[in-house]
Amino acid sequence: MTGALLALSGLTKAYPGVLANDDVSLSIAPGEVHALLGENGAGKSTLVKMIYGLVAPNAGRMEMNGAVFAPSDPRAARASGVGMVFQHFSLFDALSVAENIALGMEDPPKLRELSAQIRDVSETYGLPLSPDRIVGDLSAGERQRVEIIRCLLGKPRLLIMDEPTSVLTPQEVTILFETLRKLSAEGTAILYISHKLEEIRVLCDAATILRGGRVVGTCDPRETSARQMAEMMVGRVLAGPVREAPEPGPALLEIKSLSVPSPSAFGVSLKDVSFAVHAGEILGIGGVAGNGQDELLAILSGEWPCLPESVLFKGRDLSRMGPNARRGLGVLAAPEERLGHAAAPDMSLTENAMLTAADRQGLVSRGMLDWNRARDFAERVIGTFDVRTPGPANAARSLSGGNLQKFVIGREILQAPDVLMVNQPTWGVDAAAAAAIRQALLDLAKNGAGIVVISQDLDELMEISDRFAALNEGRLSAPQPTRKLDVEQIGLMLGGAHGMEVANV
Amino acid sequence: MDLSAINPVLLIGAMIAAATPILLAATGELVAERAGVLNLGVEGMMIIGAVCGFIIAVNTGSPAFGFVAAAIGGAGLSLVFAFLTQATLANQVASGLGLTLFGLGLSALMGQTYVGIKPPSMGPGPFSALSDIPVFGRILFGHDALVYLGLLFVATVWATLKHTRAGLILRAVGENHDAAHALGYKVKRVRTLAILFGGACAGLGGAYISLIRVPQWTEGMTAGVGWIALALVVFASWKPWRVLLGAYLFGGITQLQLNLQGAGVAIPVEYLAMSPYVVTIVVLVFLSAEKSRAPGCLGRTFHASG
Repeated sequence: MTGALLALSGLTKAYPGVLANDDVSLSIAPGEVHALLGENGAGKSTLVKMIYGLVAPNAGRMEMNGAVFAPSDPRAARASGVGMVFQHFSLFDALSVAENIALGMEDPPKLRELSAQIRDVSETYGLPLSPDRIVGDLSAGERQRVEIIRCLLGKPRLLIMDEPTSVLTPQEVTILFETLRKLSAEGTAILYISHKLEEIRVLCDAATILRGGRVVGTCDPRETSARQMAEMMVGRVLAGPVREAPEPGPALLEIKSLSVPSPSAFGVSLKDVSFAVHAGEILGIGGVAGNGQDELLAILSGEWPCLPESVLFKGRDLSRMGPNARRGLGVLAAPEERLGHAAAPDMSLTENAMLTAADRQGLVSRGMLDWNRARDFAERVIGTFDVRTPGPANAARSLSGGNLQKFVIGREILQAPDVLMVNQPTWGVDAAAAAAIRQALLDLAKNGAGIVVISQDLDELMEISDRFAALNEGRLSAPQPTRKLDVEQIGLMLGGAHGMEVANV
Repeated sequence: MDLSAINPVLLIGAMIAAATPILLAATGELVAERAGVLNLGVEGMMIIGAVCGFIIAVNTGSPAFGFVAAAIGGAGLSLVFAFLTQATLANQVASGLGLTLFGLGLSALMGQTYVGIKPPSMGPGPFSALSDIPVFGRILFGHDALVYLGLLFVATVWATLKHTRAGLILRAVGENHDAAHALGYKVKRVRTLAILFGGACAGLGGAYISLIRVPQWTEGMTAGVGWIALALVVFASWKPWRVLLGAYLFGGITQLQLNLQGAGVAIPVEYLAMSPYVVTIVVLVFLSAEKSRAPGCLGRTFHASG
């Protein structure tokens, strides 16, 4: 193609046992916003790592403005005008914003000059940020701005964004999109990776879809429906979640005026939180990360103690019970962080199954662990939830994010809970796996369990929850029936964006 | 009890001499730890420095060559640690402990024929002409070159870490090695250089003991100074000026209590002997009460992926 800023042809990258990219070709014009779509493991990250010089391709060529482009490391890529904003921010917590940005530059000016430049760029593009603050104290949205400004100071011709909106409120997303459109109008090309297909339809000019390391199609996202794109990604027809009209049952779990001071300097205190979960119901709790989600789940699961009479299950006071006692009664939880909290990374799936299911599945007899039954249970989770792994003897760490998430959620669902509480059940999970997890939650509710879903993905909450409440700085709004709300109203319930003008509504 | 037997000017000189080996070793270890490497082999690198410095100084007759050899010896032993932890990705704690045991054994072997020999003396210090000024001349200018080198190291390390790009990169590598790698910095190279610097400093500190403080060679003569240096880095919250304070405090009180014992003060010897540890810990614990924490990747093995 003529006039392309970046043209890739026949790029191939093999890892031992996996062909991560197979003959991938695409081209991006200056000012174009190009979406890169695909499930987890489709090869998106490998592709952008090659463009950014983190890995070298085995075959194929890249051209930048018609000249051969083969960056040996990220510095070379940055020197050629490629900037990248990572999904997991590569920032240094103990350093200031300006120091973090200086580290990402080839030839940084003195810190004082750099601070002035940072203020300048942040004002131009509507991304407020103080250069002197320590990054460890910033919110997720502010950290992302550090990454973006770090890239913009390098005056990139191509900006790669990996899942940029997963941590933002709808209002923050609006502001980010304004910034990206402005960049695109100035001629900067943007390679945009996201699972959120509606966002891609709003923002992008073109889309390339990867599956199994190969390009399986391209489309104009403005002309293509989200469902069509999702089906191209997974290569089959997707079934939407099936659900029947909920019949509100008796209240299973009741939370009464729960107030808990934060145990750490960086945590959030919960303030007068009250709600009830009924049998057969899914209660969705939305909110931007860091507004008390982790604290709320820790209290509901029993990891943290709370005052008596504030957590009741079928009228029985759970407040002083630990997680295992609650599990025994049928109150189960799956926390957000897959590696390290919901699962022990270096232990096998069998061992991880033993860790939460020991009591309810009778995996322990007379104090001795019954590994055969634990393995059977792990295999049942793997089979029922289509976890892609060679077998239950594999370490949790070796699974991809989506597969491990299916395992940790499936492990709780197969224990037939009366109440299940999950935090971010589909974070970083591809469309097909997310649909499977949501369907499993809906099925569980249909069978009479009460479910609490804490999530930052509003589309997800709108899709599966019967009632919706928002957490903001440790306070929970009154739950509302989801059907009566639209995304705009929910965005306002979340309390607006931090340090930004609220979008006009 | 005869306190008048203590000459305050000589005492201060001796206190500074007692502090210098700790200061040198701790400054080197601080740099390594700020780069994210926990090297528990300080004691081993010190004793290797002590014996290398002693052998070369005796054979060449030049203490200066001795100190150069000590730095090379310490850095050489730390290269073993760098290879184990950075190339073969071995566990840092186990490798460091191994390094200490190896260093103690190897130095005993190397020094077998040097027991009981007296090393060449260092001669007057660089500012000795100024030491004729009454009282302060002796205290400020009467020391040997290594004392000033130690102070210079602290100031240089502080300024480098705070104000230069190299220092910023070193801190970044120690804080989050994955992010530093993603930005294209050579994590292993930075860490290897930091380990070598730490080894050279520890070697100098060891040779200071064998050539100046106790001018002779005996097996295991560093006697735990390396462990004190390691602990100081932690209690000093990884800040160079606090390492200086801690080293002088510890070295000073060690010397002071020896003099008090000599003067026959009516305090049981056990209390005097424990006083340097207690006072140093109490002071640095109070200092580190403010918000400060270890480098984010301290002691973690960096394994580049993708």
